[in-house]
Amino acid sequence: MSDATAGQVLTTQDGKPLKASLARALRREKLRALVLIAPLLLFVVLTFVAPIVDMLFRSVENGIVADTLPKTVVALQTWDPRSGEAPDEQVFAALYDDLAIAVEAKTHTRLGSRLNYEQTGISSLFRKTGRRINRMDEAGPFKDQFLNADKKWGEVETWQVLKQYSPRYTDGYFLSAVDAQRTIDGISLKPENEQIYLFLFGRTLFLSIVITISCLLLGYPIAFLLAHLPLRTSNLLMILVLLPFWTSLLVRTSAWKVLLQQQGVINDFLVWINLISDANRLVMINNQTGTIIAMTHILLPFMILPLYSVMKTISPSYVRAAKSLGATDWTAFWRVYFPQSVPGIGAGAVLVFILAIGYYITPELVGGTSGIFISNRIAFHISSSLNWGLAAALGTMLLVAVLVLFMVYDRIVGIDNVKLG
Amino acid sequence: MSSLPPYASPLQKTWHYAFRVICGLIFFFLIFPILVILPLSFNAQDFFTFTKEMLAFDPAGYSFKHYDDFFTNPDWQQALRNSVLIAPAATILATAFGTLAAIGLSQSHVPYRAAIMAVLISPMIVPLIISAAGMYFFYSRIGLQGTYWGVVLAHAALGTPFVIITVTATLVGFDRSLVRAAASMGANPVTTFFKVQMPLIIPGVVSGALFAFITSFDEVVVVLFLGSAGQKTLPWQMFTGLREQISPTILAVASLMVAISIVLLTVLELLRRRSERLRGLTPG
Repeated sequence: MSDATAGQVLTTQDGKPLKASLARALRREKLRALVLIAPLLLFVVLTFVAPIVDMLFRSVENGIVADTLPKTVVALQTWDPRSGEAPDEQVFAALYDDLAIAVEAKTHTRLGSRLNYEQTGISSLFRKTGRRINRMDEAGPFKDQFLNADKKWGEVETWQVLKQYSPRYTDGYFLSAVDAQRTIDGISLKPENEQIYLFLFGRTLFLSIVITISCLLLGYPIAFLLAHLPLRTSNLLMILVLLPFWTSLLVRTSAWKVLLQQQGVINDFLVWINLISDANRLVMINNQTGTIIAMTHILLPFMILPLYSVMKTISPSYVRAAKSLGATDWTAFWRVYFPQSVPGIGAGAVLVFILAIGYYITPELVGGTSGIFISNRIAFHISSSLNWGLAAALGTMLLVAVLVLFMVYDRIVGIDNVKLG
Repeated sequence: MSSLPPYASPLQKTWHYAFRVICGLIFFFLIFPILVILPLSFNAQDFFTFTKEMLAFDPAGYSFKHYDDFFTNPDWQQALRNSVLIAPAATILATAFGTLAAIGLSQSHVPYRAAIMAVLISPMIVPLIISAAGMYFFYSRIGLQGTYWGVVLAHAALGTPFVIITVTATLVGFDRSLVRAAASMGANPVTTFFKVQMPLIIPGVVSGALFAFITSFDEVVVVLFLGSAGQKTLPWQMFTGLREQISPTILAVASLMVAISIVLLTVLELLRRRSERLRGLTPG
């Protein structure tokens, strides 16, 4: 390069520096990509991400005590929950003011049911007091009048619960979700007969592992066969895998309900071939067996498809080389072929496991009481017990588990490599 | 594996056939539950098992009465109508947004591509019960719970990941020089999109739309929480039917749905072949 051009900047035809021009073109391309993505991103954030964030928020939110009984919460700040006696007159006066407003707005029953999750009996306490509040003497003394309305107002436990749940945010739902509770002495496990969630998480985990293993045992031979048959035959057999994959979940669940019932097809067949007597029909539904069989069937294609796509890429020459060097069929398979199929096993197993631990419909319909998952409990809290905070806390824990597993999946396969059908 | 060499030992031969028998049994496990409901749906009795007449192939053992019930019962008809109203609306939303985004994502320079992709794919990853819980809480805050549009929006969100994945897959083989060629001959971006890009990616768009449709059409968990009695869909009706009063009409509905999935599967396979041919991945 000569001295004359060394200091000069390359320019485009219209005289702008080439570098700036390129940067502008790149920026425009980026912008165009973002404009195309923006509508969907906005849509998903509004319709999907926001609800999930809302759920996370709900699992710690606890504004109801402070909103319904604002003066009482302030008055309670000076009360020592370890004092062993109920608060003084001043707190009861504040409670009277708050409750009078709450009863007017009919919000006291909602507060009652909220606190009832923490200590049974509070709901009826609030209802009962709510009915009496209008007949109370406005001049006081309030403590005696409240104690007259219900003795529970004199108990320290009632006030401990009130004080404990007066902050706007609480870890109470999460503690309940792991069968723990917070007493004035700190965090402790609930009594044995009230523990359900740790057990339920354990069962969800256990059943999901069993389902994943059965899917692997059944899926591996099928994927192996499909990957090694001539394309024409394997395409035909693939239909047998894809048809269940495409059939509605409820159709498959109803099919299993029909098959597994005590008066169902399988039992009838077993009785007919005299394997079992009519009186000893097998109980295969509304228990764990039902859940495992039906969910293995439903999730099997999710194991076969990733396994198949990995096995398809394994070159047959490795196994041939092993055999030509004197390996037996088994050694060639176990030492040469199997290690190459491990990524497929990883992908399939993680996928099946992720899908299994969040399943709701199938356990609900064929699981009875012993075959249900944590998701069934979440559904119960949303629609029956209306303890939304606890449902949100359980959901958050399940979500975290799934996201961690998904990162593992992403490591093995990558999100972009998810293939359908 | 495909064929047995002539020098195979007896043990190898035994294993060769044993393996096929095992695979046959697993295939049977996969397909039998789906096939068994087809004959049972023609049962003349209200039983869920084969009657003696059915096993003897006596025509009196078979009837269309469960199908009749499906087509005349107002509950089932209302459910069918709701499904037919909800699924297409959700499909259109999911396909329109999803296709645009997939085209955007396939450009060469997309900032924060991984993060955006993670957000867009998330409805497919998060367990349905959690999506349902979150949407129920959130949609009841903003007054969408129990409305037609609430269910449609939720189903559209659940369907978009499938559209993105299928369309992105078709775009992987897309030759960018075609767009440049069109532009160099004076076509504006809109013309280029509809005349050049769209015909090539249409198989991916249609199969994405089918996935979105089936996602909405089969979905029960979210609609169970988000919908009110007015949005009762076919899967919902089946779910309550299975849980409470198990009526054989369910088998008739299930058989019809199997027929639908066979049709969908065929269409998808044809689309896949067409797409591969268009992109020149396989000859013929």
